[in-house]
Amino acid sequence: MEFAFTDEQAMIAETVKAFFAENASSERTRAAMAADGVDRALWSSFCKELGLAGIGIAEELGGAGLGMVELSIVAEAAGTHVAALPLLGLAAGARAIALGGNTDQHQAYLGGILSGDILVAAVEADAEALHFADGKLSGTLPFVPHGVAADLYVIASSLGVFVLDRKAAGVSISAQTTMDQTRPLAKLILDQAAVDRLDDADKAHAGFRQGGWLCLAAEALGGSQSALDITVAYSKERVQFGRQIGSYQAYKHRLADMMVDIEQARSAVYWAACAVDEGDEEQALALHSAKSFCADTYRACSGHMIQLHGGIGFTWEHDAHLFFKRARSISSMMGDSEWHRQKIADLVMGAAL
Amino acid sequence: MKLGFSAADEAFRQECAAWLQEQMDGPFADIRGITNLVSKVDRRRLWEQQLAAHGWSCIGWPKAWGGRDATLAQQVIFAEEYARAGAPNRINHIGVELAGPTILAFGTEEQKAKFLPGIAAGTDIWCQGYSEPNAGSDLANVRTKARLDGDEWVVNGQKVWTSLAHFSDWIFVIARSEEGSQGPKGLTFLMMKMGQPGIEVVPIGQMNGEAEFNETFFTDARCPADSLIGSVGDGWRVAMGLLAFERGVSTLAQQMQFRNELDAIIAAAKANGMASDGVVRSRIAKAEVGLRLMRYGALRMLSNTDLSAIDGAALTYKIQWATWRRDLGELAMDVLGQAGEVVDGDNYHWPMLPNMYLFSRSDTIYGGTNQIQRNLIAERGLGLPREPRGNL
Repeated sequence: MEFAFTDEQAMIAETVKAFFAENASSERTRAAMAADGVDRALWSSFCKELGLAGIGIAEELGGAGLGMVELSIVAEAAGTHVAALPLLGLAAGARAIALGGNTDQHQAYLGGILSGDILVAAVEADAEALHFADGKLSGTLPFVPHGVAADLYVIASSLGVFVLDRKAAGVSISAQTTMDQTRPLAKLILDQAAVDRLDDADKAHAGFRQGGWLCLAAEALGGSQSALDITVAYSKERVQFGRQIGSYQAYKHRLADMMVDIEQARSAVYWAACAVDEGDEEQALALHSAKSFCADTYRACSGHMIQLHGGIGFTWEHDAHLFFKRARSISSMMGDSEWHRQKIADLVMGAAL
Repeated sequence: MKLGFSAADEAFRQECAAWLQEQMDGPFADIRGITNLVSKVDRRRLWEQQLAAHGWSCIGWPKAWGGRDATLAQQVIFAEEYARAGAPNRINHIGVELAGPTILAFGTEEQKAKFLPGIAAGTDIWCQGYSEPNAGSDLANVRTKARLDGDEWVVNGQKVWTSLAHFSDWIFVIARSEEGSQGPKGLTFLMMKMGQPGIEVVPIGQMNGEAEFNETFFTDARCPADSLIGSVGDGWRVAMGLLAFERGVSTLAQQMQFRNELDAIIAAAKANGMASDGVVRSRIAKAEVGLRLMRYGALRMLSNTDLSAIDGAALTYKIQWATWRRDLGELAMDVLGQAGEVVDGDNYHWPMLPNMYLFSRSDTIYGGTNQIQRNLIAERGLGLPREPRGNL
């Protein structure tokens, strides 16, 4: 038992922090927001120069090895800057293919995804909205993250986990004007579109959720920490009534409350990451805990960020709204916090009568 | 980063679990599950000595002083198994977790030889004399006086909220040794024998009907001149160093008690039908998450070997668990309904959950109120300006 980063993990953390601090600037994120929500240059360096796309994917499949702890480190750093990257698609989609695909499926998809040449979007769909027969999938998926930018879709449902090529016949994609422009949603309408059903549906779906929930939770952790750090810095600069505003208890105490939640969120992310990596029997509990706790923390912290900045925090110019909107979208995506809590209740007290 | 324990650690778990189980099923079954600090004290003194006789009284201490030099993982395991076996709250907690480590860190070799064996053997029970009527949150405002009279310190004043004082053998106090000094300067850390004529202990009735805390009055109480830890006037540094030990492994045993309380709430909800209520289920889930995050927060702070860095998990731990437990009290009563507000018999003495509901109102006060904790977090953890000191 050693619940602290190894030297190698600390080095990865330092590298990715520096990478995002240098490259994922507000200007670049805003440029991506005005387009399809992906900073292509950033994504290209992320995959090609740093080789980070393969983290958490086994080396024999062309990945970088390592595990969910390292993936969380990367997602946390990306979340710190609300980077406009298709990280969720990678975390959930590539993991679903790696864990649930057969050799042919690995060969067909993983190379392009891990090199960054193929952009993958991941979405979880209600089985009732889908119809699958003879290798063809039909239905409407209204909220596909980075759906316009993607080349490939991984669609997880209780009917199976499907890989869909954007260019397949019967696929129509339309952009949705989305509150969180760093991860815009698209509507996909499938009419008898040819899909590839991953060989082991259970493993694929489990991998999809492990990667997706952890990615979102770790992004939320990074974003929450940023909301706190930026607000602390502001509270030391801004003077009112002849004092730094950060010297008032009304202000300090709210910042302290943010830190209390963030420290728990950090425990939650790395508990869940370790639980998955170590095949712990409580990993479901850990994942539901991480997703719900971190999303709630991010919503609270980004809301406090706006309030504690006063009027400037409400402007388009200030970045506070990027955090606030990302927090909202993370919270709604892949099960809201209440849904996760009901799952936790089922685990600890048995299903409701 | 790794959460699992090694095979050797799991073997250690088996060993201590088996021994604890045997004791709690057998010779010490009568004190199983006691969580307060006042019941069956004579039996619990014997239990401390039994722990010592089998090498379990202070496993984290060096072997030379009666410990086992236990690794962090072993300390975690022992704390968890101790609570899982239902062994009673340690009445020597302050000696083992606070006084001992302070003496080990700051004491002379003579002091180690004088005080450590009694703690390790479970024969000397300790209490802590910090708070005073006017030195609660503002701890540095201590007014109890100590003056050197020949080869003895003479102490006058009053301490308050001293748990265990009514049966302790020793007390450590911070007292003002420099006439006219203020705040953290001019304080000295002294170790004094209890039971002497100059020390009077008066229990304080609590809102839950129990009396676990005391007022402790010092009237020309005495101790030898060499009873101080550190140097004269250096008591604040020693006292603060001691507070750092307080975030130790004992928090994990406390979490097992919380586990029992949450399990009792789940059982009550199943028994009275509240378990099918979605809102109750959600609140129980939230409590479960909070409890788990407490464990992993504790493991993070225990795994942190860089003691120079600000440790966010350690700094936020007190307010985290205290607030969690206060919320748990509210949840308990909401689940029990009016049945939780009455008790059989004439005694104003409450079963576990209603008692926890009342007691948890002290959790967010003692050891630094939630408000003081937020100041500490903001000032030490976030580097915000310190609260200005008034001059009333």
